[in-house]
Amino acid sequence: MHQFTIEPLLGSNLDVAGFNIAFTNSALWMLITAVVLWIFMLGGMKRELVPGRWQMTVETFTGFIDDMLEANVGKAGRKYVPYIFSLFMFILFANLLGLLPLGIVGVHPFTFTSHFTVTGVLAIISFSIVLLVGFYKHGFHFFSLFVPHGTPLPMIPIIFPIELISFMVRPFSLGLRLFVAMMAGHVLLEVLSSFVIDGWNAGAGFGLLVGVPSFLLMIGICALEILVAAIQAYVFALLSSLYINDAENLH
Amino acid sequence: MPQIAQLAETYASQIFWLLLIFGFVYFVIGRGMVPRVMDTVGLRDKQIADDLAAAQSARDASDEAEEAWRQRENANREAAQALVNEAKAKAQASTESRLATVQSGIDAQLEDAEARIEASRAEAAAEIETVAAEAAQDIAARLANISVTKTEARSAVKKAMAHG
Repeated sequence: MHQFTIEPLLGSNLDVAGFNIAFTNSALWMLITAVVLWIFMLGGMKRELVPGRWQMTVETFTGFIDDMLEANVGKAGRKYVPYIFSLFMFILFANLLGLLPLGIVGVHPFTFTSHFTVTGVLAIISFSIVLLVGFYKHGFHFFSLFVPHGTPLPMIPIIFPIELISFMVRPFSLGLRLFVAMMAGHVLLEVLSSFVIDGWNAGAGFGLLVGVPSFLLMIGICALEILVAAIQAYVFALLSSLYINDAENLH
Repeated sequence: MPQIAQLAETYASQIFWLLLIFGFVYFVIGRGMVPRVMDTVGLRDKQIADDLAAAQSARDASDEAEEAWRQRENANREAAQALVNEAKAKAQASTESRLATVQSGIDAQLEDAEARIEASRAEAAAEIETVAAEAAQDIAARLANISVTKTEARSAVKKAMAHG
């Protein structure tokens, strides 16, 4: 569990209005993620008519988010491309950077998306956008979101609270899903690697019997984790855009 | 689980730095860079569409020109054909008329010649009759000592000649 520990790096006594805002390893990796993402995006700023590979990659990502919003929200979805793109790429890069095998050179990557303080804030931002857009566009009519189309009148008193609760649960499920997926993956890798090390420490027999299969399993799980890193970023962005669709189009 | 164990001491720092850095990502990358990248894609798509439209219109124009050229060509060919036909007909007509005149001339000459031949033949026949009559008169006088008059001899000759 040491890999999830937050350690202050700079200004551990930096207090603003009673809140400690020390620059931690978590903040450092957020910064690294932002810088790497910025460098990645610079490749897309060449604005050449015939794109090179890098520019093509950046354009593929923007096009991917654009298409997703177009498919889920429609024409009105275009104005959310900056937000959903930032969200998707920030989470994707954070997940992938957290998987880097930097332990070999003695640096420990920190996956800040495995902290629910972070994923929770991102989920709350998405949820706030949904609420703001919903009430701004539809006013109190936005509450009709909780009464699905064609609900019989006597059912409304029952359906309304159920839909309301499922709506209010959204930010929690959104934030927890990413946090849990990232944390579970890292814990699984840590447990398996401890099997490998402890197995060999216990002797060659245990090493062959436990260490080798665990190591093989780790290789597979590493590939799976890269997949999960991308999928969880995608799910977060997809669900955010689906929720925005509810606010924008109000079925 | 450090996420919960460290919650009280780190939540403010986590939230602060996340908002700061995600804000940077949103405003600088999301709002600053993404629209420009998408503009580039849009410009490229537009350029491709424009080029395709230009190519299509050029193709249409060339098709039209080809059609016009074909029509002109067909008209020219027809005119030439008509001219050739006319000349042919004219030549035929003139040949025919000349042939007709020549033919009529030949026919006239032929008739003339035939008439002349007929006349000569009749003349010759008459001469032969006269000669034959004289010869018969002479033969009769010499062989039978019969003097036959010219008229009698002539009629006898005529009879014999008619019998062939």
